[in-house]
Amino acid sequence: MAFFHIVVCGGLVPDPLQTLEPVSGPAGWSLKNESLLPSILDPWAANALYEADALAKANPGSKVWLASAAPKVKLQQVLMALAQKAPFELLPVDAPAGGFTDAVECALALAGAVQSIEGLDRSRLLLFGGWESASRGAGATLSVLGEKLGLTEQFQGVDKLTVDGDGSLEILERVEGGKHQVSVLSSPPAVLGWATGGRAEPPNNPQIGMANMRALMPSLQKARAAKLPGDGLTLKSVSLPRQKRNTQVVKDMPVEQIAVEIVEWIKKKP
Amino acid sequence: MTQPSTASKAVLQTLPGDEIRQILWRYQDRFDYQMLVQSSRSVARGPVARLVAQGARNSHEWTEAKHSLLKVYDESGITGAFLDPAYGGLFEGPKNLIMSLVAFELAWVDGGAATASLAGNLGLAPIHECGTPEQVARYMKMASPAKPGENRKTMRAAFALTEPLPYVGVETGLLCGKARVAEWKDGQEPLLEIDKRGRFITNMDYATVVTAAVDTDDKRIKSSCMVILEEGDPGLFDRGTATKKLVHQLSSTRDPNFQLKVPASRIVGGYTVKEGVIVPNYTHSEVIEAVFKRTRVTVGLMTAAKLLSAVEPIIRYQRQRFRGGTAATPGTPRYDLGIQTKEDALHRLVDVWAMGEAGASLGFATTRLYDELDPLEREKNRILDERGVQGARARMKEMAKVERQAMEYLIMTRMPQGRRNPSMFEALKNDPLVQFSVFEPVANVLCPATKLWNTGQGANSLREAVSLMGGYGITEDCPGFLGHKWMDAQLEATYEGPEAVQRRQLSITMAQPLFLEQFKHWIMDLKTLAADHPETGACGLGTAMQMWLWTLSHLQESVDATGHKLFSSNRQGVTFPMADALCWLLASRQQILDVLELEQKGASNPSLAETLPGTLAFLTDLCQVQAARAAGEVSRICAELVFGYNRHPRWDSEGCQSCFNEADLEGLETYVPGIGSVAYGYSDVLDMDDNHPLKRGPCANISGMEPFLSLRAKLDGCLTGCRLAKDRAAESLTRVMIPEALDYPQ
Ligand SMILES: Cc1cc2nc3c(=O)[nH]c(=O)nc-3n(C[C@H](O)[C@H](O)[C@H](O)COP(=O)(O)OP(=O)(O)OC[C@H]3O[C@@H](n4cnc5c(N)ncnc54)[C@H](O)[C@@H]3O)c2cc1C
Repeated sequence: MAFFHIVVCGGLVPDPLQTLEPVSGPAGWSLKNESLLPSILDPWAANALYEADALAKANPGSKVWLASAAPKVKLQQVLMALAQKAPFELLPVDAPAGGFTDAVECALALAGAVQSIEGLDRSRLLLFGGWESASRGAGATLSVLGEKLGLTEQFQGVDKLTVDGDGSLEILERVEGGKHQVSVLSSPPAVLGWATGGRAEPPNNPQIGMANMRALMPSLQKARAAKLPGDGLTLKSVSLPRQKRNTQVVKDMPVEQIAVEIVEWIKKKP
Repeated sequence: MTQPSTASKAVLQTLPGDEIRQILWRYQDRFDYQMLVQSSRSVARGPVARLVAQGARNSHEWTEAKHSLLKVYDESGITGAFLDPAYGGLFEGPKNLIMSLVAFELAWVDGGAATASLAGNLGLAPIHECGTPEQVARYMKMASPAKPGENRKTMRAAFALTEPLPYVGVETGLLCGKARVAEWKDGQEPLLEIDKRGRFITNMDYATVVTAAVDTDDKRIKSSCMVILEEGDPGLFDRGTATKKLVHQLSSTRDPNFQLKVPASRIVGGYTVKEGVIVPNYTHSEVIEAVFKRTRVTVGLMTAAKLLSAVEPIIRYQRQRFRGGTAATPGTPRYDLGIQTKEDALHRLVDVWAMGEAGASLGFATTRLYDELDPLEREKNRILDERGVQGARARMKEMAKVERQAMEYLIMTRMPQGRRNPSMFEALKNDPLVQFSVFEPVANVLCPATKLWNTGQGANSLREAVSLMGGYGITEDCPGFLGHKWMDAQLEATYEGPEAVQRRQLSITMAQPLFLEQFKHWIMDLKTLAADHPETGACGLGTAMQMWLWTLSHLQESVDATGHKLFSSNRQGVTFPMADALCWLLASRQQILDVLELEQKGASNPSLAETLPGTLAFLTDLCQVQAARAAGEVSRICAELVFGYNRHPRWDSEGCQSCFNEADLEGLETYVPGIGSVAYGYSDVLDMDDNHPLKRGPCANISGMEPFLSLRAKLDGCLTGCRLAKDRAAESLTRVMIPEALDYPQ
């Protein structure tokens, strides 16, 4: 079976348990105490990484890279857990992360990182990432990056990828109206922006982690810096999605009754 | 409400994260350790926390759900952490620190989970520490989790020392477990008959290998020993009844019964045959000593983890206490800060936090010391073997010589460079035997101190933590499971040697000259560092250490009112409180040293740039709070011991020998004008009719105690500023940013 060269692009986002508050300062918008908040790999991109790992394992000879534009120190923190999930090589770009950077600048910085991979077989390249980020949510980075690299076969909101016997790729992609679309691509290269995918988060495996870290740490040290100044970008207003919590702790309620309650709740919505 | 601090100091912005902990506990360069910490954390806050939240702790029976955790430990690297890479383990070299880090993470959520994972190691530890190469190879390989494609079960081990009443408990010598020779054919391996009943044996629901302590019941076996029992050995392998324990329900505990026939090769560490008698290479006491000195530290760290884990849920509870109702509207202090507007609630949380920091500092310092000591010990044994020094007594004699050199070395370390003989100093410094003799006495104190103080005082502090959550604290729903943690701490204070055992050990090791010499150096160091770091409380702590030292030597030389020696092994009323007092000092000292480390190393970590000053200021305040607490405890204990064994004078002729009489004073007034008024301050004065003041008796004579009293007065003065530090720390608690919700169960 043919191998794949899979490059997963993923940024970092603040741990969802933290309280987020947008603030505007001389350097533009940021989150209050952003640098203090612990980070995680963007959950959409994480789905892509787990899919990449499964695909690489099923197709011997394949290789996975993780390209990430984020502050180097944050990246190092995240790697301690992330590196235990799957084997990969790191393409770090030392750059600001978060929702207020420009998707185009970010894509250009990542393009540089992908282009720098030695021995990358473009004909076997699958560029993976999240269909949007949990911070910016623009859904644009991957498309721009793909265009920049000349990858015009692009799929967004991917939930499943199957490699058929002839090496063609069958891709299940989310489209409007809660429907899915199935496409068949004869061969890579292609861009796949993943939605949830179908893989659970792999448990940590320190053995994989330690093997990974031997190469990850040196490449992190050598991370190229990129500024992402946001030239020409103005954010008119920023607000958090409104959230309302009505948490009830209920034990031992039958599933049927839960369903009834949900239906009632939906009906009550204006 | 806490008054804002005077100086505009950097404030604590976030709870100390991994980067801070890695520096404090010295594993910032060990990415492999950091990974296993992450891995253990996700096990603790994921599957373990979910089980606790689902109520799995409400039964002492071993259930399928609980059993499923074992596989999770295997897959996450937790089981393998104990093993050498040759046997499928993860880390080369000593593993005290990493094992403790794993236990710390698990105990952050549930002590029973930590115990279940550790008990397997405890079961294997006799083999690991004392086993023959064949025993090590066989059992370590079996204990390593199966690799992908391998079709075998992970072997689980248990450690059986404790026996049904009236046998082994605190007193480990009273064994009812017995070994006899069942069959011994000429030229063949003897077959032993083992009879052992266990009580409270962890892992017994599923262990297939048990290391059991047994005494000899046969003239053909020289001494007690530990033997390895396997399920499948001929005879009875009865797992017994489950212990109805109120704590650590995610571990399994039963009272098993074994009547098995095993080959003599199962004696841990092997044996020799001398004149027709089987001579075990290690008695059971020697094995358990080697085992416990490592595993006990980990237990102490479990309790420290729980204290630190209590901080975040308590802050959240305090802040959110009044939200949601009509009484508190957003923007008001009542809404934003809740109970945190009340000073006492903050001060008590500061105390809980400071205790947790001190316990963690002490425990991790001890594990690091064992990581240094383990290779030195191996080297020491190798050298002694090479020199042909065999047998316990010969070795002790040889090491006594080395101890003299170690003392010389220690004294030299404090000499100005020009005054010491450089070549001799270098030689001693590079001599592994000398270095072993320097470190070991400290480890022999720090290990029981960690086990005793972290668990015992930790349990007391956890009670405080629970009470800060009000009624919620003692419900199953309490975030952070604080009620469980409180009770669990009591088991941690009990198993692997209860507090009495630790105190007994400390009362011997704390009086060893090589330890005391280093203790004196520490006092000097604390005073020196206080010059640059006055807010750490190091100066006062140094004074408290001087007081402890003075008291020890006073007690060693003194007798009580009836003429009996004060400091002796059967006088636990004297030795045990001194052991307690010492622990407070050791923990506080290490807490200060860790904060200094953070100050030195933190600056080079760019991710800490913003938070470091505030974190340092806060942790420094906690040091001062803790040092003051330690000083208070030591002062109280020492004063009680120094004065408490003298008989209080009565209003009789003997007691009144130094009293004045009003009539005499009047007469003396002509010779010594003013004596009348002075006498009342110095002594007791009887009136004209020889009536004495209404009190117990004449005040006790304190002559000869001036050095102690002056130390006490000095120490009281050293407390200056400690409540300001507490106020500052309390204020930080009102400002520190915490996540919106607890990160477990996940
Ligand atoms: C859940 C659980 C799990 C356990 N797991 C194991 C295990 O895996 N393997 C194992 O071998 N054991 C295990 N134990 C047993 C545990 O180690 C013992 O309970 C402990 O050592 C104390 O022994 P004891 O209960 O017989 O107390 P006792 O010996 O009866 O002591 C009770 C108290 O008496 C006082 N006392 C006794 N002797 C002295 C003395 N010399 N000086 C001063 N005071 C003294 C102390 O206050 C002491 O705390 C476990 C216990 C529990 C509860």
